[in-house]
Formats: sequence, C-alpha cells, structure tokens
Amino acid sequence: MKSTHRTARRVGRTVAAMVTGLCLVGSLAACAPGSAGGAKTGTADDIAAALQEKSTITVWSWGTPVQAAADAFQEEYPNVTVKVVNAGTGSAEYTKLQNAIKAGSGAPDVAQIEYYALPQFALSDSLADLNDFGFAELEDEFTASTWGNVSIDGGLYALPQDSGPMAMFYNKAVFDEYSIAVPTTWAEYTAAAATIHAADPSRYISSDSGDAGFATSMIWQAGGHPYTTENGTDVTIDLQDAGAKEWTEMWNPMVQDGLVSPIVGWTDEWYKALGDGTISTLLTGAWMPANFESGITESAGDWRVAPLPTYEAGEAASAENGGSSVAVLEQSTNKLVAAGFVEYLNAGPGVQLQIDGGSFPSTVADLESEGFLGYESEYFGGQKINEVLVQAAKDVVPGWSYLPFQVYSNSIFADTVGQSYENKTDLNTGLQGWQDETAAYGVEQGFTVNSK
Amino acid sequence: MALTTPESLTPASTAVRETTAATRSTSPRRSRYARPSAGSQHKRKSVLLTAVMVVFLIYSLLPLFWLFVGSTKTQASLLNSFGLWFSGDFALFDNIAQTLTYDGGVFVRWLGNTLLYVVIGAGGATFLAALGGYGLAKFNFPGKKAVFAVVLGAVAIPGTALAVPTFLMFSQLGLTNTPWAVILPSLISPFGLYLIWTYALDSVPTEVLEAARMDGAGEIRTFFTISLRLLAPGLVTVLLFSIVGTWNNYFLPLIMLSEPTWYPLTVGLNQWNQQAQTVGGDVIYNLVITGSLITIIPIVVAFLFLQRYWQSGLAAGSVKA
Repeated sequence: MKSTHRTARRVGRTVAAMVTGLCLVGSLAACAPGSAGGAKTGTADDIAAALQEKSTITVWSWGTPVQAAADAFQEEYPNVTVKVVNAGTGSAEYTKLQNAIKAGSGAPDVAQIEYYALPQFALSDSLADLNDFGFAELEDEFTASTWGNVSIDGGLYALPQDSGPMAMFYNKAVFDEYSIAVPTTWAEYTAAAATIHAADPSRYISSDSGDAGFATSMIWQAGGHPYTTENGTDVTIDLQDAGAKEWTEMWNPMVQDGLVSPIVGWTDEWYKALGDGTISTLLTGAWMPANFESGITESAGDWRVAPLPTYEAGEAASAENGGSSVAVLEQSTNKLVAAGFVEYLNAGPGVQLQIDGGSFPSTVADLESEGFLGYESEYFGGQKINEVLVQAAKDVVPGWSYLPFQVYSNSIFADTVGQSYENKTDLNTGLQGWQDETAAYGVEQGFTVNSK
Repeated sequence: MALTTPESLTPASTAVRETTAATRSTSPRRSRYARPSAGSQHKRKSVLLTAVMVVFLIYSLLPLFWLFVGSTKTQASLLNSFGLWFSGDFALFDNIAQTLTYDGGVFVRWLGNTLLYVVIGAGGATFLAALGGYGLAKFNFPGKKAVFAVVLGAVAIPGTALAVPTFLMFSQLGLTNTPWAVILPSLISPFGLYLIWTYALDSVPTEVLEAARMDGAGEIRTFFTISLRLLAPGLVTVLLFSIVGTWNNYFLPLIMLSEPTWYPLTVGLNQWNQQAQTVGGDVIYNLVITGSLITIIPIVVAFLFLQRYWQSGLAAGSVKA
C-alpha cells in the first residue's frame, strides 16, 4: 500500500515538473492566465487603456532619479503601482537578472541595463522587442549613438535612459600651476602627462588601473570596431584592428612610463585623489558632473570640461562611455503597462525629472533645449558645460556595437589586460589574451566565434 | 537510616572539602616540579616569535583601528585627511545618528533582518545539529556510515558553490526574495552536526542513557533533560560558528534577495558603498564606515564573551577527529 502511494505521488510530481518545464520552454504567455495585460504586442491605444486598469509593476533600477519619475507616473495613472527596487548596481543586478531569467520567474517587469550589457539580454530573448509596441517611431527623438545601442539585430530592446558621450574633465588649477595649455590632441595630452608627473612625482594626469569600459570606449573613439554580431550568433572579435592599435600605441607609454596613476576608479582613494589634485583629468562620460558635485567637493570651482583629445589636430571624435537603457522583460506578465512606463520615463515627462536629478539625457530635444545648453555650472566655475558635452554627443563615432556576452568578457578584463597594466607591459598582449579567453567563452555558450 | 540529618551530611561534605584541600595541596608540589620547566619555557621565549606575533596583532588590529578612526570623520574630512589618525571634528555621534536615519532608517531595518536571520538561522542550525549529531553518536541504525560519508562530504562543499543551484530550486518553490530564502539554507550546518557528533561520543556516557532508559525516561525526555545539558559546551561552540557565519553571510542573500527591505547588513552596506558609482548618487563613505563599525560590534562582543567555549569546542573537534 505504502509503496504504491509513494509511487503515485512520485509520478504526480514528475508530471508537475514536466508541465513546469514545458512552460519554461514554451512561451510564458501560453501558461499564464490569459489577460489583456499579458499581451505581447500592442498599439499606443492599447497601452493607454492598460494604464487605466489596476496593476502593479516592478522596476529594477539603481539610479536615484527613477523614483521621482515613478512618483509622477503614479500620480498621472493612479491605478498603476510602480515598485522601484534597487536590486544592485550594474553587474550585481545583471547576475540577479540572469538568475531570475534562468529560473523562469522572479524577474522584474522593467529593468535598467547599461548599453554594454544590453546585447547579452537582448540576444538571449530575455527582453521584449519594443517594436511590437510601436516604439520604432521614437527613433528621431534620440541621439543616433544611443539609438544604435538599443537597436540590436533588427529588434528594439530598450529605450535609452541617459548617455555618456566622453569628454575631458580637467583641473584648471593644476593646469595653470604648471602653465599647461588644455590639450586637444593625444600627443599634447601625453606631453602634459609627462610635464605634470615630472614637476611633481606624486601627481598624475589621470588614473587607469585597467578598466574594460574605458578601454572599449577608447578603442571606439579611435575608430575601432572590434565586435560585430550577425544573425544573433555569428560573432567576430578583433581587438587588434586599426582603432585598437591606435589606442594602445598612444596609451602604452602612459602605462609603461607610469604616467597614469594605478588608483582604482570609484574608490574612496580615487575620490580623494580627484579632490586634492593627485589626478588632474578624467576622461569619462557626460554623466560625470553630478558625481563631481556630490563626491568631489574639495576642488569645487577648479574643474572645467573640454572635448576629448583626438589623434589628428582639428578632428572631432568621441565615444559613449557608460550610460543605461531601460528594457521590458520577456517574463513580464504586464508588458503593456511596463512599456507605458518605459516610454513615460525615457521619452516622456520622466526625462526632465531625471535631468533634474543629474542625468545626462539621450533625447535630442532636451539636449538642444536652450535651458540645458545655457546652464552655467557653478561647480565648473560658471562654464556652460553642456555646450561641450552636447557637442561630444554629436561627435560620437558611429557604428559601434558590444558583444552578446560583454558582461562576462568585461569581468575577465582584469585577468588578461589587467596583467599588462600590473606589469607595465604591452597592452596589445593583454588585449590578445582577453580576445582569446572571450572567444573561448563565446564558443562554450554556443556562438560561432570568428576570433581574428 | 532513611532520615538524613544535617549532621549526618557533614562528614561527607567535610570529606569533599578535604578532597578539594588535598587537590589544592598537591598543586604547590606540582608547581615545584613545574618550576624547572617554567624556567626552560622562559629560556625558550623567542624574540623572533614574539615579533611575529606583534606583527600579526598589528595586522589584525589595524583595520579595526582604521574603521574606528574613519567613523569619527565627516565625508569631507574622510577624503582629505590621513586615514590612520583623527582629523577635524569628532563626528562619530553625528555619523551614528545619520547612519540610523539615512534613507528612512533602512539601516535599522537591515540590522533587524540580520538579527532575524541570526536568531532563527543560527539558533535553528544549532538545534538541528544537536539533534542530528546526538542521534548519529548514540544510536545504531542501518545506513549510518552512508550518512557519515554524506555529512563529511557536505563539510567539504562551500556554501557559496551551492548558492546558485539553491536559488534555482527556491525559485521553483516561490521562495526567492523572501526571508526564508536566507533562513532555510542557514539551518543546515554539516560542520556543526559533525562537531556535535564527535562531542557527544565523549561527553554523553552511554551508561547514563541506559540508566535513564531503565528508569523509564523516553528518548525525547532523555535528550532534553540529560543529553542536551551534557552537550552544552559543544552547543555553544556550534552556536558561535553559526552566528558568525550567518552574521557575515553575504553571497547567499545577495543572490536570493532583490528587495532592499529584506537585505541583511552585509548586502545593504555594500549597496550604500556602490551608491558612489551611480549617476547623481550620494557619496556616503562616512556612513558605510560607521555602519560597518556598528555591524561588527555585536559580533565582537559575542566573541569576547563566549571565546572560552569557542576554544574548548575547537579542541574537542580536533582531538576526536
């Protein structure tokens, strides 16, 4: 008797597990109770109607300004509850997202994802294609570079949230002290680096202990296209193309001669170094001013912004560094509301609320607005910083794309290129190692990888 | 005969006292033997070893000192003064107040979560380890060797390695992002079970259990009234291990929880730390440091109070193993 009972139960359990498995394999909508909110596609009217119904969505975002936008959204659509959750910053959130996607449940409806990580989630069908909600027509509202970052393999997997066209932030007080003119080319920049370090060995023009985001952005600015993905699975990696070589040729002496400080970015030591003049320039994205104001108070008034130096005099070229997009998860059972929120946040009234909170937008109208361009930053000595930063957004070299497994790849940067930094050896060797290990991982994951 | 007067007790207690006195009287004699050896110990005192120990002491205490100094500084003076000495206003109390109230007092919530995980997780782990370890030490049943092998194998697997598979399993059960996701895995302590097992082999005499059975006590009653008391020092050791493990647990809650309202202190503090890397985020290193100081105080206190059990428990495990 007992054993029969047990067998029966086991069979029952197996069936239940199989059903769950089928639900995971097949589309989730087929197993979820059918409701209008679970629709996978919809027009603007469908979204507007869904926003009037009672619903709750969860949003994963680490950016503080998102809460303000969510509050305003809920005021406009009182039936919708938006739960903004900080599930971790950057890769911490991606780990959780990846786990929830693998588990088949537990993912939010909406998530903030940085541009470099977006292809990984987009090409694994974890995100909803926003073309299904008619968002393709929003293209003209965004800068070309950010729109390019969210358009992956024919799909539209997120709306750009902010952007980070690179510029050079420099400490004018230090530059004046050594009578250094603001460098406009990399040759001038490296010369200035030598001057500063020679005059005071405790000072450096910048810090770089090996950062994947910085390296890829610098290759981007130099005109490199190391990553291409076709048909979602055919990946080509070439970290020794002309752009990559141009960057390493310029940056190698900086690392090998110890002209850049090995202080690790975003640590308290780094904040300290930016405050006391140990580090006198920062080559980074346009979202940086808000962080200057909140974290580097000691040298307020000393900093200015200039365009990123270039390889040829008179040329203008920039690249995106950092910046996030906001996506709707395929797992969401309430995609219409989720899409409605994303549109409100990144292409509606939410944009201004995020700008007020310190974001650098990716929407053309806001970048071009007189109020934004004419803003005189007290921290930057009254400079109209946005004029420089908006110009940088226009100068971003087109045609860049990231790998569909960039998150993993960036996580092993320290093991490969990081060694070149550590030992002050040729960065090209490190890049080659990085490429080999990245390609091997891609093959393991089932991609066809052409590693040049 | 049956009536024992206080007087009739006296000789016995005197005897006890005499025995104690006798024991005591042996100690001077023992110490006479011990004196030469103490002298040789004196000779063996190595300057090098002492120096190494001092280096280790500084190595262990310096981070704590840095933490304390750091928590007395404001965010501004934290970044523009020497890290290992006091500077500027003594902002410790202001920092503590800010830590406890920042972001709607979320730190207090995290502290409460950590306590919850520790009390239920570590307490439960100790109780389960006691039940299992005692059972394995004092009862014979088929498959005991297999259980022994499984437990020993489980000791060898770090909890971190199991975090992701556990996450996937819990996700199927709908338990992720709930306190249970942290508490349930904390309840399992193969090392604690093994420790109790070896400890019970020695400290709970089988004769005592047989006597209890003869007198008609059930197994459950025997366990709670006799064995548990004999196991007390071992239990405290396991409890300490579990408390420290649960208090410092980082990876499991990081994987399991996505809502900050259920974070323990470890994960919450890291979130504050990462805030400095986000656009427009407040840079609050002073609160991260003060929060860390507050976080380690209870565990330091627990350790200081219970350390003699800790040591004896460690020895028990090592001798028997």
